[in-house]
Amino acid sequence: MAAYILRRLLATIPVLLIVAVLVFLMLRLTPGDPAAVIAGDNASTEQIDLIRSRLGLDQPILVQFGIWAGHLLGGNFGESFFFKKTVAELILGRIEPTLSLAFVTMVIAVSVAVPLGVLAAYKQGTWIDRMVMGFSVFGFSVPIFVVGYALIYVFAITLGWVPVQGYQSISAGFGGFLQRLILPAVSLSVIYIALIARMTRASVTEVLGEDYVRTARAKGQVERIILFRHALKNAAVPIVTVIGLGIALLLGGVVVTESVFAIPGLGRLTVDAVLARDYPTIQAVILLFSVIYVAINLGIDLAYSLFDPRIRY
Amino acid sequence: MTFRLKMMSAAAVLLAGTLAGPANAVTLKAVMHSDVKIVDPIWTTAYIVRNHGYMIYDTLFALDEKGEIKPQMVERYTESPDKLTYVFTLRDGLLWHDGKPVTAEDCVASIKRWGAKDALGQKLLTFVDTMTADDAKTFTVKLKSTTGLLLFGLAKPSSNVPFMMPKRVADTDPNTQISDFTGSGPFVLKTDEWKPGDKIVYVKFDKYKPRAEPASGLAGGKVAKLDRVEWLAVSDQQQAVNSLLAGEIDYLEQPATDLIPLLKEDKSIKLVDYNPLGLQYTLRPNHIIKPFDNPKARQALMYALNQKDFLEATIGNPDYYKVCKALFVCGTPLASEKGMEGLLESNFAKSKELLKEAGYDGTPIVLLQSTDLAALTNLAPVAKQLLEKGGFKVDMQSSDWQTVVSRRVRRDPANAGGWNLMLTSWVSADVLNPVMSGFVNASCDKAAFGWPCDAQMEKLRDDFAREPDPAKQKAIVEAVQMRQREEVTHVHLGQYYVPIATTSKVSGVLTAPAPVFWNMEKK
Repeated sequence: MAAYILRRLLATIPVLLIVAVLVFLMLRLTPGDPAAVIAGDNASTEQIDLIRSRLGLDQPILVQFGIWAGHLLGGNFGESFFFKKTVAELILGRIEPTLSLAFVTMVIAVSVAVPLGVLAAYKQGTWIDRMVMGFSVFGFSVPIFVVGYALIYVFAITLGWVPVQGYQSISAGFGGFLQRLILPAVSLSVIYIALIARMTRASVTEVLGEDYVRTARAKGQVERIILFRHALKNAAVPIVTVIGLGIALLLGGVVVTESVFAIPGLGRLTVDAVLARDYPTIQAVILLFSVIYVAINLGIDLAYSLFDPRIRY
Repeated sequence: MTFRLKMMSAAAVLLAGTLAGPANAVTLKAVMHSDVKIVDPIWTTAYIVRNHGYMIYDTLFALDEKGEIKPQMVERYTESPDKLTYVFTLRDGLLWHDGKPVTAEDCVASIKRWGAKDALGQKLLTFVDTMTADDAKTFTVKLKSTTGLLLFGLAKPSSNVPFMMPKRVADTDPNTQISDFTGSGPFVLKTDEWKPGDKIVYVKFDKYKPRAEPASGLAGGKVAKLDRVEWLAVSDQQQAVNSLLAGEIDYLEQPATDLIPLLKEDKSIKLVDYNPLGLQYTLRPNHIIKPFDNPKARQALMYALNQKDFLEATIGNPDYYKVCKALFVCGTPLASEKGMEGLLESNFAKSKELLKEAGYDGTPIVLLQSTDLAALTNLAPVAKQLLEKGGFKVDMQSSDWQTVVSRRVRRDPANAGGWNLMLTSWVSADVLNPVMSGFVNASCDKAAFGWPCDAQMEKLRDDFAREPDPAKQKAIVEAVQMRQREEVTHVHLGQYYVPIATTSKVSGVLTAPAPVFWNMEKK
């Protein structure tokens, strides 16, 4: 197992290298000039040129890449063009809201979707099954921001139960933290509930037709045990895969949700950085996301062996 | 309401209670037009940074509600009979946020840093012979020749505003961002609470000594009546309006025009027209490439376009726009329509005639459209339609605003990543006279993007800079407009106004060219 993990970790190095080169080149090749953005509307061409020179953007691309890669190897992501802060500081300041949102979203999604999927499989062909599948289609079809606005209108504006927007750190009180996170997390979880419920239903339906389930029933085992101990455990590998992929996709999803709900997380940092052409920040955030994707994939692969003892590394 | 609903509401109220701060401190929560990412108002001209500057810095002079220049940090000043020597004396009791007194040396260093960066400041410094601190409270400016720019420059209301900073800060290279945010304004920046992308926080500066006069525009007594001001970063306009309607914020700087009816319906919301000068839409031709390297083609623009169509398409409600042919903004002392007769009336026949004289060969002109700024998006389609009626062929190219910003500084041919026409808007306070107005600058390579090049226009701008007499200044402005008719550095497309929306608990919003938070109260 340790050798497998080491091999996988080593394999991430070329992946990250390719990501680094691609991100760097794509940013330089897309239209945009951070110096013009910084200088503002009243700035003269001379002033813009001066800022460009200060930022090192007048250097050849290879030289710029060399400087950035050199800093990166030393663990330095550089300094944001806009904020008077290092990129590492910016990311550290933004990571908590994003991880909190992702965590609460997945907790909601898994705790709702898995029972719903199992129920739909168990009641296959009934109105319950059709309701769950209907909800899945809805979840896939409706954009996150529409769900968000609808929830805001009902629960924040009409009923006044929760704030319209904003984020409060968990360290400032769990009540406020949850109160502000619940709407964005529910909005974001809808699509994952749809995805995981559908996959759970398909997997469990397949497993329920297996001989060992029939045997368990013949032995007089209660349905709850059959469903959750025998069927769900054996159907877990594809469900875990979907959950893992969901967590990875979630990082993309938070961009919209964080913007709608004004949550100061990595998603908004990415949007702000892209709009302002803040190259060091965009590069670092995308590299970070790549590391997270790789880590999640590794985690999924390792989790398989927990559910299926036949899988060994 | 059912029992369950009541219980849930009570739980929500209890949770909300845990968020409340100290009972007697008055906190105002605002959503401004943008998040504050940069905090050096001399380093950038971004309006949000100017607004931030007004929170924590003070100015030597300021414009009052009528646009008149009034002393602010300055107690008194004397002017020599030849108008070449000015002696300024600072008010007693001015302190920096670190408790140290404001000195004349600080002010001299601040003016130098501002003058190195700001276009009007640069012009002003060409008139300055020496600028020296005589003692802790007095400094003297000796001019090489007379100018009306000195006092106006020191009272400049919009970007870059000559904010005063401690000498140790003002000595920073003007092209390097400052990292010490000590000011002497009515509010102090809470650096420990500033989280870019989330919020920026200011608290009242208890030791600030306001002038005795009542607040008027950007002048008068800057009395901070709020203990704490938080600017929250809410990028989604709908959400900003929702937050105001729900009472989570108290103040919204620039509600989107299409959401204003929603705010008007709610009796707990007030719309305040704080900036009577508003903003001005502008079309900028690129003077260095065909066809607009030919003045005839630029004049054709003036004939083909009209202001009302642009204002209707972008603002819609006549309460919030004004057709105004005065280049330097209607409602100001320099407003005049001289030279604009017969222009901006969509005379398509005249436009076609001028294009023929210009030898326009029908090559499509590249018109840049910004798609992500609501205030600008609809301008380009209107321009395309009117210009096509006026004999142009138009290739409208759409992108986000930052792409337009980076593309407009490129001098390449239009079919190689360059451009022919772009549209933007100016805060009117930035275009009040020919020296301030960036687009009138016709100094060729040194001019702003579009790079107009006209010695006669530059001479008129210099004449204006030298002229201290307001009546003669107006005559020069009219000469500028006559010249503009021929040269067409840009086309002004009308004025529009964006109100501030507040809850009914907020009062004391000042009428000024920039949003300021002194004098404001919250019950």
